[in-house]
Amino acid sequence: MSSNSNPQNMQEEVALRIKGLKKNFGERQVLRGLDIKLLKGRCLGLLGPNGAGKTTTIRIILGLVIPTGGEIEVFGQKYPKATRKVKYRIGVVPQMDNLDPDLTIVENLMVYANYFRIPAKVARKRADELLEFFALKKRRDEIIQNLSGGQRRRLLLARALINDPALLILDEPTIGLDPQARILMWQRLETLREKGTTMLLTSHYMEEVAKLATQVIIIDHGKAIARGGPREMVEKMLGREVMEFSADDKLLEELELSIRSCNVKTERVGDKLYVYVKDGCPELEKAASTMPHVVKRPATLEDLFLKLTGRKLREN
Amino acid sequence: MFRVWYRNFKVWLKHIQASLIGNLGQPFLFLLAFGFGLGRSVPEIEGMTYLQFIAPGLVTSAVMYSAAFEATYGSYTRLSTQGTFEAILMTPINVFELAMGEIIWGATKGLIAGLIMLATLPLFGVVPSAWSIFMVPLLFLEGVIFAAFGLIMTAIATNYDFFNYFTSLVITPLFLFSGIFFSLKALAPSLKLILMLLPLSNIVDLSRMLCYGRLNGIEPIQLELIIVALYTLVSTWVAVILLKRRMIQ
Repeated sequence: MSSNSNPQNMQEEVALRIKGLKKNFGERQVLRGLDIKLLKGRCLGLLGPNGAGKTTTIRIILGLVIPTGGEIEVFGQKYPKATRKVKYRIGVVPQMDNLDPDLTIVENLMVYANYFRIPAKVARKRADELLEFFALKKRRDEIIQNLSGGQRRRLLLARALINDPALLILDEPTIGLDPQARILMWQRLETLREKGTTMLLTSHYMEEVAKLATQVIIIDHGKAIARGGPREMVEKMLGREVMEFSADDKLLEELELSIRSCNVKTERVGDKLYVYVKDGCPELEKAASTMPHVVKRPATLEDLFLKLTGRKLREN
Repeated sequence: MFRVWYRNFKVWLKHIQASLIGNLGQPFLFLLAFGFGLGRSVPEIEGMTYLQFIAPGLVTSAVMYSAAFEATYGSYTRLSTQGTFEAILMTPINVFELAMGEIIWGATKGLIAGLIMLATLPLFGVVPSAWSIFMVPLLFLEGVIFAAFGLIMTAIATNYDFFNYFTSLVITPLFLFSGIFFSLKALAPSLKLILMLLPLSNIVDLSRMLCYGRLNGIEPIQLELIIVALYTLVSTWVAVILLKRRMIQ
């Protein structure tokens, strides 16, 4: 019998391993010991408020930011020695659109392929396939300036795939898109994930991360504060359901007292009480039936995110 | 490096007309106004008519303007609004190759402008000698120097207005005081020395020699060539370092 038949013997290949990553910009500590492990074929979602260090982490992987400390290994090769070699196998959808505005769609892909030393003939074939896949074939000879936001984003993704990357980095891939365009983008990303493309994803859309990611790391102040599967971690850390009670302070305080014995977590925000329910409990059922304004719904990644990182606006 | 060059070349082909007219307009106007206009009432300089005297220098000025503008306004657009530099650096291309690609591209544009200018001189009654063929590498090096100067400015610029300093404090003075419009030979030795240490003066002098095949420069040819080579190396080196500081945090 080959060793492959036993899954426990199969060495899961690590695409990206980051240990104790630190970065200071002057006085400001953006990353303070971040650990990441991404296995081949998986999609890792990095969540965090603005300024948490997500984009800095991505820029470090691309060699655009030099870390203050920590270790980075991509496909088992250590940075900074392997940075250049590794980048032949990385594709990136950046947060900011940096397509070449003077070039046509197909020229954008061809020029980009050239940076990876892909022979023109191979690149042309690959460009045609990608344009087909991303529903851009009809507009291949149009100048970028004439494209809609959704088309530009799809082209950015097509460009990121021109070198057939072993690791695809998506930094807010659907930022600023309308729902239709976003759904089309998600469909394509799901297809890629099913094909086994390894992905590193950052996003502010929790729905996006819940849909695409096989594992999630929530980052705040430059450190991982939670990690796990998107569904499991919500259930484990919050519960299955959320009940939102709206009432005045007094009523909410009484309610909070009455359900103390239940296996729940509570959070007060203004005139609302959020109750995260792990197991059902009679006191809670009773409260739910007597309180005037209750909404009961499944707990989401967004609830967990807000619980962990707070509801205050982040501005720096 | 040539991959970056190729990207810029491809974009340039789309705007070729505006680009050429924009870069060549000024030197031609100077040639007309000073050569034909002023030249009629100016006596011969170093055995040449005034038009003949200024023509090779104006060729070098076309190179300077074209290369410097490309590496400031052009490169800065690619660095800032378009995000092209970052898009390139996300690939295996590194900052050194990016900087060299931009400089060689700026130099290419400079050379093209210079050669077109040189080729049209016969229309003004100025016939270049066979030695002019050596102006090709010389003008290319000049392009490298001014593209590197421009890229240095781009690497430290915070907005487009910043380039006003570069134009009015570097490019315009060099245009006026590098011996294009008057002979440096007749100046006091100390002043002559200072002006000959400027980046454009040696190139103007060498171009004038090569254009007419009279190898009687202000300083020995070897010395002038060494100064040009030094400017080429040092400016390129500084540009690479500063661009790296700008792009990699």
